[in-house]
Amino acid sequence: MRSATIERPGTSPLSQPPAELGTSKRNLKKSLTMVFGCTVLGAAAQILIKTGLKLLPPHAGLFELILAGLMNWQIMLGLCLYGGSTALLVLALRYGELSMLYPVIALTYVWVACLSLFFFHESINIYKACGLILIVGGVCILGLGQPKRPQHKEPM
Amino acid sequence: MKTPLSSILLVLGASFIGSFGATFLKGGADRLERNFKSLLTNWRLLAGIVTYLASFVVYTAGIRNGELTVLYPMVSLGYVWTLLWSRIFFKEALTQSKFVGLGMILAGILVLNLGNR
Repeated sequence: MRSATIERPGTSPLSQPPAELGTSKRNLKKSLTMVFGCTVLGAAAQILIKTGLKLLPPHAGLFELILAGLMNWQIMLGLCLYGGSTALLVLALRYGELSMLYPVIALTYVWVACLSLFFFHESINIYKACGLILIVGGVCILGLGQPKRPQHKEPM
Repeated sequence: MKTPLSSILLVLGASFIGSFGATFLKGGADRLERNFKSLLTNWRLLAGIVTYLASFVVYTAGIRNGELTVLYPMVSLGYVWTLLWSRIFFKEALTQSKFVGLGMILAGILVLNLGNR
């Protein structure tokens, strides 16, 4: 995150994305790394929330359920990690295209499957292995197939 | 366990709402400034967070009943919507690699969930 112009204190407001936020190789790497971190946080959050949800009373009313959820540290920590993951996603989106970065979030599935092996003792089979390979392959193609020419950006 | 239609509709709805969350976050990210006040006045960012939360609530309601192996892959339809919005709102180029990459990811999610049966 040490880009000279952005990090310098007291620079003009970045209301318009600066020219250097285009689709350069450097920014591609930066944004992909951030989305990568975002998926790791998201996977940890999912595992925590799943663990927490299992501890909730099965036949409770909505109010009781929300209260029990608020008192459950796994669910709360999971939600915090989701928050961190979203913050990382926003930072990543600053340096790259939405259409390229957003599908990379599917890597979360890969981490969740790996973590589930350890935490929930789920088994791995040929379907799961093929699915994970397809996802990783798709993410690689997305990351490698970046257009050569800088894109013209239009505000939303 | 059979998956009720209401669960399917809720999960599909959540994926649709979530895709707007991503779009708003991208709009907000492009306008990030380095001070706290601007974070609070960045309506796109706030709209993105609210939309994400709404999508999460609808999704949670959806997966309470029904088969998760059916419901989980449906969330990934959100990627397709997002591809559409990034073309419409940010004029991003839809290159061949994006279609192939996304296609492989969607296929992967589907196959992965077959393994959970």
